[in-house]
Amino acid sequence: MKEELFVSGRNIPNIDPFLNIWHWEIPLYLFLGGLAAGIMFFAGLFLVMGKEKEMETTVKWAPFLVPVALVVGLFALFLDLKHQLFFWRLYTTIRMESPMSWGAWTLMIITPLSFFWVASYIKEVVPGWKWRLPIFESFESLVIKYRKHIAWLAMGLAIILGVYTGILLSAFNARPLWNTSILGPLFLVSGMSTGLAAIIWMSKSHYERSVLSKIDIALIGVELFLIVHLFMGFLAANQVQVEAAHLFLGGEFTVTFWVFVMILGLIVPAFLETLELFGYKIPMWIPSLLILIGGLMFRFIMVEAGQITRYLY
Amino acid sequence: MRYAMAIDTKKCVGCGDCVVACQTENNVPIGFCRDWIVENVSGSYPNVEVELRSERCNHCDNSPCVRCCPTGASHIIEGGIVKVTHDECIGCGACIQSCPYDARYSHPEGYVDKCTFCDHRLAKGQTTACVAVCPTNCLYFGDLEDPNSDVSKALKNRSWKVLAPEAGTKPQLYFLT
Repeated sequence: MKEELFVSGRNIPNIDPFLNIWHWEIPLYLFLGGLAAGIMFFAGLFLVMGKEKEMETTVKWAPFLVPVALVVGLFALFLDLKHQLFFWRLYTTIRMESPMSWGAWTLMIITPLSFFWVASYIKEVVPGWKWRLPIFESFESLVIKYRKHIAWLAMGLAIILGVYTGILLSAFNARPLWNTSILGPLFLVSGMSTGLAAIIWMSKSHYERSVLSKIDIALIGVELFLIVHLFMGFLAANQVQVEAAHLFLGGEFTVTFWVFVMILGLIVPAFLETLELFGYKIPMWIPSLLILIGGLMFRFIMVEAGQITRYLY
Repeated sequence: MRYAMAIDTKKCVGCGDCVVACQTENNVPIGFCRDWIVENVSGSYPNVEVELRSERCNHCDNSPCVRCCPTGASHIIEGGIVKVTHDECIGCGACIQSCPYDARYSHPEGYVDKCTFCDHRLAKGQTTACVAVCPTNCLYFGDLEDPNSDVSKALKNRSWKVLAPEAGTKPQLYFLT
């Protein structure tokens, strides 16, 4: 049977013929949030493990990217709001059922925390740094004293932030491409992988790079596994999700997804990192850059494609 | 009380009067609308069928838009009507993404807007603007819990369907078939 759908009486830009409410701001934020979560998690992890010396870049240097990423990401989120002057309404309530409320509050805690982390290392990283006010000195020593507790908190919040970037999308039943619980773990793992890529790019220590590369290869493996399951789940689900999967299996996102995300963003960098571990000389910025671009592309594709998918009736 | 609407797809001629009445009554900005007509043609020539539906917010019992709203701007009032408080809405778009019926739009002033089942008219004892003007009387509105309401009587005597029941939203627009 052939079915056609005409809609008359409604011609609302950004809703017809398909939804286009979220533009570049949301995927950019999802990327930066995942990146920040990844760096924060591994900084906390290696500090708790007592590897501050061996993993210097991870614990001391790379976290300087976190507040930058979060502030830029938050600004992008702010730009996305259509009723911007009322943004503070987010913080007059806590709504347990709304992922966005969770995210807003998590960011409210993790953003200052990332600034504290950076502040507690700034004297080691920038020689000759002096705080202008004595209150900062005492606050700094307080942060340093409770560094391990902060690290545990940072790890917990980083996981919530990383999962949240996926759950933000997966909670929408109305968009079949997003409506899968795999998106939470997938975005978490992808965010951690991009975080590692940024640290590896910055690191000058061979030991540190090789430890991080091993973790990264494992994470990319998990990511590929999750992506395969994502599509298996879609293809075994109802018609709307089968059609969502077909956007990537012959549809309009096929080339961008498979070439830029799967091959250049995951498989090639994992291969290069593996070669490096076996002693081949590979400039590590190449796999790092590929992973970062792949992660960014992945979020752009998911946000855009998800808005095209919808219920049929 | 549970407000609901029944739409007779056999009587609707797709004139769009409900759309214009709503736009006028609710000062809907030009280029937007809170209700609309869908003309669904199915089958292949020469065996084709047309279904005309006047659609709007389904005021779902299990409304995803209310659940996902981070500020509580989307809320449910007496009678199950889903409403948006304009000065609590931050315009994040989450409710627009969450709606399987695409019933919400971003108002040019920034907040999200949608059908209110004309609750300001209901408060005065009137019916909704769209129902009031429908020239074929194909729209029935009322309280589902009252067996003598227009909508209850319409649903009792006819077969009906709801849109995308698989979305689990328990929609409250009933299309008489």
